[in-house]
Amino acid sequence: MTNIGSYEDRLKGFSWDVAKEALDWQEGELLNIGAICSDRVCARGRADQPALIWEGFGGKKKTYTFADLKVFSNAFAQQLRSLGVQPGERVCVFMDRIPALYISFLGVLKMGGIVQPLFSAFGDESLEVRLADAGTRAILTTQKHAKKVRAIRERLPELKHVIVVEGDPAKLKDGEVFFDFESAPRVEEFDVYPSGPETASVLHYTSGTTGQPKGAQHVHSSVLGQALTTQWVLDLRPGDVYWCTADPGWVTGTSYGIIGPWALGITQVVLDSGFMAARWYQFIQDNRVTVWYSAPTAIRSLMREGDETVKRFDLSSLRHLASVGEPLNAEAVVWSEKVFGLPFHDTFWQTETGAMMITNFPGMKIKPGSMGKPFPGITAAVLDLRTHEPIAEPGRVGLIAFRPGWPSIFRAYWNRPDLYRSKFVGAAEDAQPEALRNDTSLWYVSGDRASIDPDGYYWFVGRDDDVINTGGHLVGPFEVESALIEHDAIAEAAAVGKPDEVNMEVVKAFVTLNPGFEPTPELELQIMNFIRKRLSPLAMPQEIEYVDKLPKTRSGKILRRYLRAMEWGEDTGDLSTLEED
Amino acid sequence: MDGMKDVVLEYIREEYVDDEDDVELDENTPLISSGMVDSFSMVSLKTFLEMKYGIKLPDEEASPEAFDTVDSICALVRKHQG
Repeated sequence: MTNIGSYEDRLKGFSWDVAKEALDWQEGELLNIGAICSDRVCARGRADQPALIWEGFGGKKKTYTFADLKVFSNAFAQQLRSLGVQPGERVCVFMDRIPALYISFLGVLKMGGIVQPLFSAFGDESLEVRLADAGTRAILTTQKHAKKVRAIRERLPELKHVIVVEGDPAKLKDGEVFFDFESAPRVEEFDVYPSGPETASVLHYTSGTTGQPKGAQHVHSSVLGQALTTQWVLDLRPGDVYWCTADPGWVTGTSYGIIGPWALGITQVVLDSGFMAARWYQFIQDNRVTVWYSAPTAIRSLMREGDETVKRFDLSSLRHLASVGEPLNAEAVVWSEKVFGLPFHDTFWQTETGAMMITNFPGMKIKPGSMGKPFPGITAAVLDLRTHEPIAEPGRVGLIAFRPGWPSIFRAYWNRPDLYRSKFVGAAEDAQPEALRNDTSLWYVSGDRASIDPDGYYWFVGRDDDVINTGGHLVGPFEVESALIEHDAIAEAAAVGKPDEVNMEVVKAFVTLNPGFEPTPELELQIMNFIRKRLSPLAMPQEIEYVDKLPKTRSGKILRRYLRAMEWGEDTGDLSTLEED
Repeated sequence: MDGMKDVVLEYIREEYVDDEDDVELDENTPLISSGMVDSFSMVSLKTFLEMKYGIKLPDEEASPEAFDTVDSICALVRKHQG
C-alpha cells in the first residue's frame, strides 16, 4: 500500500488542509521550518532517531539524531543572533554537502533569517552577482570556499559577517569569524523566531534568458506543500532511509533534501564525494537506503557504467525510486526496472513552484518518458503558444502552466516585481504579488513546453526560452555571454545548449575574436577554464566555435535560437529578420 | 613516462587546486572520487590532454574511473597514443 493510495480518490474534493494533516500541524502552532524539522520532531518522540547519516570522501562518517539537529541548529541561530543578524536579513550558506550545511540551514530559519543557499562550485563572479542582488548580510562558508568570498567582499558593502564553519581558525582573515558548531557550547533551548505562514524563508537563485539570475523567494508555509508531496510522491514513511542526491545549492536539495523529509521525521543519508557508480551503489548497500531521489543525468551515468557494476551490490533495500531535474528518458526508466527491479518515477517542478507539480505517483502505471500527471490540488494545462488558451486536443504542444494558489508557490522574485508579474498570464499591469499568487483565473507559466496524451499524461518537449538545462541545472545564456566578453580575446559571444547524451544539453559558445587573437585550441581551453573559474563548471562551454560573425536581427540582437536550432538539427525558422551583410 | 605524469600533475595543480589549499597531489591522488575535479570540469581536462598529446579520447572511455588519478589518466593517454 502506498501513502497516496488511489490517485483518483485523492483528486475528489481535494483540499490543501490534507497537507496540515500530513504534518499533523494545528492552526496557531509555530510555523517555522527550522523548528518543524528539528524541535518539533523531538517533541513528537523522535529525538533519538537518526536525522542525518553523512559520509564524506575517505571513509568519513557521522550520524546526527534529531536531538542533535535541534541543539546544533540552535547554536547556529544563536551565533547569528549574537552577531546582530536581524530577522528578514539574508544569510547565505555556501559550502559543500557537509553536515554544517544542513544544520545551519535550519539555524538561519530559526532566528528568522532568510536562508540563501548557493552551489559551492560557483566561482567568485557567480557568487558576487547573487550576494549583491540579495543584499546578503552574512555568509556561512568553509575555509575551502572563503577565498572566493574574500575576492569580492570589498564590493559587497551589505555583507557584514563572514562566518567560517570548517577549516583552520589560524587561517582566518580580518573580519572573519570562526564557528565550529560541534565544539561550541550546546544550546539546548533557543527562542525561535515566531514566523508566520507568509514569513520569508528561502531565497533560491535561478537563471533566466535575459539578465542576471533572479532570486525566487519562498515562505515558511511552503513546508505544507513540500511535506505532502514528500509523503505522497516519494512515499516516505517512518523507518525509511532516504537519499536525495541533489545539492542544497539548488531547490531540490532544500525542498526534498532538507525540508520535506525532516518535517516528517525521516532519516536522511548524504554522500559528499565525487560521482562514481560503484561508490553510489556501495552507499545504498551500506546504509540500506529504501527511497532514492536522483536525477536523469546521474541515472544515465549509471547506465553508461553498465549492469555488471550493479550486480556486485545488494540493493534489495530499495523500495521506491524517483527522479527530477530534466526529463527522464524512457530508456532510463526501462533500464532501472531491469537492474533494480523498480522504475524511476519522473517528477516535474521548478525553483519557483517550490514543490512537485506533475509527477509519476507510486502505484501508478508509468508510461516511460512521460512526466506523469498533476499532483492533486494542482490545476495544470498546456497553453497555446500564441493565444495562451488551454489546449484541449491531445498531443498538441503548448506551454506548461498552473493555476496559482498552491502553498509553496514562490512569493516574489527578489526586488523584481515586474518580472514576477510577467510569469502570470492575464495579470493586470498593477497586480500585486499577493493577488497574483492567489488568483485562480490566471496561469502561472513555467517556461517549459509539453503535450498531454489522451490519458492525461504530460510529455515534456523542451524549454520555451533560451535557458540551458544542463544536468538538471539551469544556466542563463546571458550570464555566460557576459562573462565570455570579459575575456580579452572575445569580441562577441552567444551561448546555447547543445545535445549531450548524459546531461541532456551542455553549454556551447560561439565567439568572435578581437583583432590580434588567433582561433587556436589553446585559446579554446583557456576560455573554457576562464568561465569555469568565474562562473561554475556547469556554465563552462564544453565546446567553443569560432565564427567570423554572429547571426543577429536587424535590431542587433543575437539570434540564439537560430544557433540552438542548428545544434539540435531543428528548423531554424524565419530568417528574414537576420542582419544583412 | 614520468614526463607525462609531471605535465598532467602540473596542469591539475594549476587549474584545479588553489594555492591556499592544503592539498597533497601526486599521481595516485583521487581526483574525481574526492570531488577535486567534478564531472563537468573533466571536459576541460580531457580537452587539455587531447590538445597536448594530439589524440582523441572517446567519450565512452573518458569515465570518472579513468580520470580518477593521474596514473589512470596517463594510462588512457598512452593507450591512445598507440
